Amino acid sequence: MVTVTPESGQEAGPGTGPAQPGHGEIGDLGAQLAAAFDAAVAADERVEPRDWMPDEYRASLVRQMAQHAHSEIIGMQPEANWITRAPSLRRKAILMAKVQDEAGHGLYLYSAAETLGTSRDELLDKLHSGKQKYSSIFNYPTLTWADVGAIGWLVDGAAITNQVPICRCSYGPYARAMVRICKEESFHQRQGYELLLALSKGTEAQHAMAQDAVDRWWWPSLMMFGPPDGESAHSAQSMAWRIKRHSNDELRQRFVDIAVPQAESLGLTLPDPDLKWNEERGHYDFGAIDWAEFWDVLKGNGPCNEQRLSQRRTAHEEGAWVRDAAAAYAAKHARQADRPAARPADGTTAEPAGHPATNHEETQA
Amino acid sequence: MTQNWPLWEVFVRSRRGLSHTHAGSLHAPDAEMALRNARDLYTRRSEGVSIWVVPSTEITASSPDERDPFFAPAADKPYRHPTFYDIPEGVRHL
Amino acid sequence: MTSNMTSDATGTAATAATGTDPVRSAAMALGDDALILSHRLGEWAGHAPVLEEEVALANIALDLLGQARLLLSMAGDEDELAFLREERSFRNLQLVERPNGDFAHTIARQLYFSFYQHELYSELAAGDGPFAPLAAKAVKETAYHRDHAEQWTLRLGDGTQESRARMRAALDELWKYTGEMFQPVDGLEGVEWPALEERWLATVGAVLERAGLTLPEGPRTGAWAAGAGRQGLHTEPFGRMLAEMQHLHRSHPGASW
Repeated sequence: MVTVTPESGQEAGPGTGPAQPGHGEIGDLGAQLAAAFDAAVAADERVEPRDWMPDEYRASLVRQMAQHAHSEIIGMQPEANWITRAPSLRRKAILMAKVQDEAGHGLYLYSAAETLGTSRDELLDKLHSGKQKYSSIFNYPTLTWADVGAIGWLVDGAAITNQVPICRCSYGPYARAMVRICKEESFHQRQGYELLLALSKGTEAQHAMAQDAVDRWWWPSLMMFGPPDGESAHSAQSMAWRIKRHSNDELRQRFVDIAVPQAESLGLTLPDPDLKWNEERGHYDFGAIDWAEFWDVLKGNGPCNEQRLSQRRTAHEEGAWVRDAAAAYAAKHARQADRPAARPADGTTAEPAGHPATNHEETQA
Repeated sequence: MTQNWPLWEVFVRSRRGLSHTHAGSLHAPDAEMALRNARDLYTRRSEGVSIWVVPSTEITASSPDERDPFFAPAADKPYRHPTFYDIPEGVRHL
Repeated sequence: MTSNMTSDATGTAATAATGTDPVRSAAMALGDDALILSHRLGEWAGHAPVLEEEVALANIALDLLGQARLLLSMAGDEDELAFLREERSFRNLQLVERPNGDFAHTIARQLYFSFYQHELYSELAAGDGPFAPLAAKAVKETAYHRDHAEQWTLRLGDGTQESRARMRAALDELWKYTGEMFQPVDGLEGVEWPALEERWLATVGAVLERAGLTLPEGPRTGAWAAGAGRQGLHTEPFGRMLAEMQHLHRSHPGASW
């Protein structure tokens, strides 16, 4: 059953609710629920957390959202690698803000995944133990400053191509998180492009640095769309459920078509001799992707798999005493004050007791 | 032993004159930290002027089973909505 | 911004920093504080104890970097000053260059510095000197930094036995770097340094008391002498920090980024 949740209540005027199966009818309730679910999804209704949904749909969503969230937080590492070496203060500020956004995106996505009853801690445990994956692209190293630009332009560009359709994904919380994320991602892609442009137009050494980075990141970026349609394990079902809206190959083609003219404007080349415009198809043809490399990196044999996971684990383990301390403090003070936590009293901001010095009303961004 | 921080729902008033709207959720050990984390996370692009945080466990929601009896009565009262009424053409400010 | 590697960038930058223009010299002292602490906080990216704290620490680092850019621009070209000066020409407090250590060390450093910075900027904002407009904007940021440090000091001090011990150790270790904060800075003539120090001791002391901690005891003279960082005398880790921060910029003389 697809319910109209309170948050969409304003629009829920007469006749906007989805058709409901009859009440009290005897029969196969499971089949009825499944049929209602399928019909709602087919009608482009949003599924909300407390709705009935098939177990496989739930599992598939958790898997995808978790992988997506993990990718955001592991994805902080290759770029954070350059924060301390950024060559100008302006670039340093941009990069810090970008890496911060990625932590934020991870948080939005873990929150969305939690609406399905899986806690962030469980998901992090699965990441740390290697049971859940993150995007393989982050198992490649950032060797030069230009890699920061290549990640912004190509990796974030590919991610946006993948993610924009998810803004219309059938699962409400995921779709809403993606709307927020996509807005912020466009800043990421632009800063990457601008960074590469500055290098490409800069000194000979800078230009060479930019070209080298694009040469290294181009193919892994194409792999980000996943295996070809015929070999993608989850694609067909995800499409039927409208978790996914376009096939891997379709999105990959879309990305190539967008990237080729952008590369020309950058004054950089893409490392594919077979890349050329196909008048008949109305698309760029491109060379064969080395899927052996893709599977190899996915299996854990990429240049940075161990490093990325081990840094993540270490940060988590070394942070345990901090999280424990805050939890212990909260427990102590909840007992002492015996007050309900953060309850808005009069339509203004919830004002925690005991902190007259800090004014949370109109918290400024 | 690691204790997990509870989940909080975050409501943000994007500007004066608008009500607080659900923005998402986050983890925090207590209300004070939840407010601060919410400020950092959900208003870092000036998206808000005021924030509420509520422990997720404190929210009572209508369950899917209750949904029909709960909301159905509203659906058969179209007279609550302005579009229910036909107004002759030319009548303005109504 | 085009930088150049003339002798001015290295050899005589030290002279420039202590040069005749007191406003420029004060801008450099305050700007270097913000720049160096921002850099240290930036090192946390990807290593914070919890995701929410990644976002919080980055926010503070970004505020500080914004302040640094405004201040250094008052003293000259921001990138030239950040990337082409040698260690001896930096005018920041030793406190802000101290390595991050564990989270307690970072919070203790934040506590000491943000309470100082907030008091100082409040005073500058209230005056009519050249730093008043900038300080008026910055106090809103420093108020938040102070609050962040306070909240964590309470939680670490009054959390678990382990967190308390770590916080205690961090406060003690960094204590000796706090005396330098109250040495008069050229170009900030209106500031009442002894009164500032008293307010700092009172406010930091009050937070520590609520956290079940006390102000450390012992000398507060820094690694060399009070005023060392402001005179361009720094601690050993600072040189390595600068090497990392400056190497790319310096590898491409005259390049734009």
